[in-house]
Amino acid sequence: MNWVWFHRLASPPSFFALAERLSPWVLAAAIPLLLYGVVGGLWLAPADYQQGDAFRIIYVHVPAAWLSLFGYTAMALAAIVAVIWRMKIAECAVVAIAPVGASFTALALITGMLWGKPMWGAYWAWDARLTSELVLLFLYLGVIGLQQAVADPRAAARAAGLLAIVGVINVPIVHYSVEWWNSLHQGSTVSKIGKPSISANMAWPLLSMTLGFMLFFGWTVLRRIQAELLWRERGTRWVRERFVSLPEVSGD
Amino acid sequence: MTEGDAGFWAMGGYALYVWGSFGITALVFVWNLLAPGARRRRIIRELNEEAEEQ
Repeated sequence: MNWVWFHRLASPPSFFALAERLSPWVLAAAIPLLLYGVVGGLWLAPADYQQGDAFRIIYVHVPAAWLSLFGYTAMALAAIVAVIWRMKIAECAVVAIAPVGASFTALALITGMLWGKPMWGAYWAWDARLTSELVLLFLYLGVIGLQQAVADPRAAARAAGLLAIVGVINVPIVHYSVEWWNSLHQGSTVSKIGKPSISANMAWPLLSMTLGFMLFFGWTVLRRIQAELLWRERGTRWVRERFVSLPEVSGD
Repeated sequence: MTEGDAGFWAMGGYALYVWGSFGITALVFVWNLLAPGARRRRIIRELNEEAEEQ
């Protein structure tokens, strides 16, 4: 097994350069998927026979909710690497994912409320799915808060990482809440894809949207990791050579 | 605008909820699109200002 790629990836300047080359392509791939998802979800898909046009909220709600869980899992995995191996890129990934994940979790909650009002008659219910998703938002906010409260960036990443790891227990709780408890929330839609209960005109835009959300998430996280690296490595030579235009600079 | 268009924008009576959801989604995307670049530019500007002072 050749570990050279791993060490290269772990080195801030090579990761930065890789992200610089990769990120435009990730964004370029996300845009058509999102555009098709929006057009397909709002125009091409027929109205649902039960929910009418209100069901179209699914095209933003499900991808956001899915990302909220995926993002948390990714953050917790990065936190494990950061805490055990003290890998800088992984520390930056924890810091980078937290605000993005929080924004998509808030989006899942808000779009869920906007869907719940016309369908259930209430914006909010203290139901297992809704409550555990709210706890997920608080976990993200806790990771952000802890990271900002500690002055030393490495100690901060460690503290925030530990909370991220402990909080991952909530991910299966959110996921299985509709099965474990009697929930107001409907069951999974994605598991119906490929079966006769969801039309292809409805399913394809949802798949496209989910993939587009994921790629966009990947893009914005890469850009955030880059900014975080730049900040932490601002005293180093590679940052100064790359971004400071004056020829003579002091410092290490 | 034709009647079909009006029907489309009305979203079968759920306009507020459907357009509200897509609108907030757009806001989240715009924020995530702009925030990383803004921070990056701020860091680079500060580095260059520091370098000029020295």
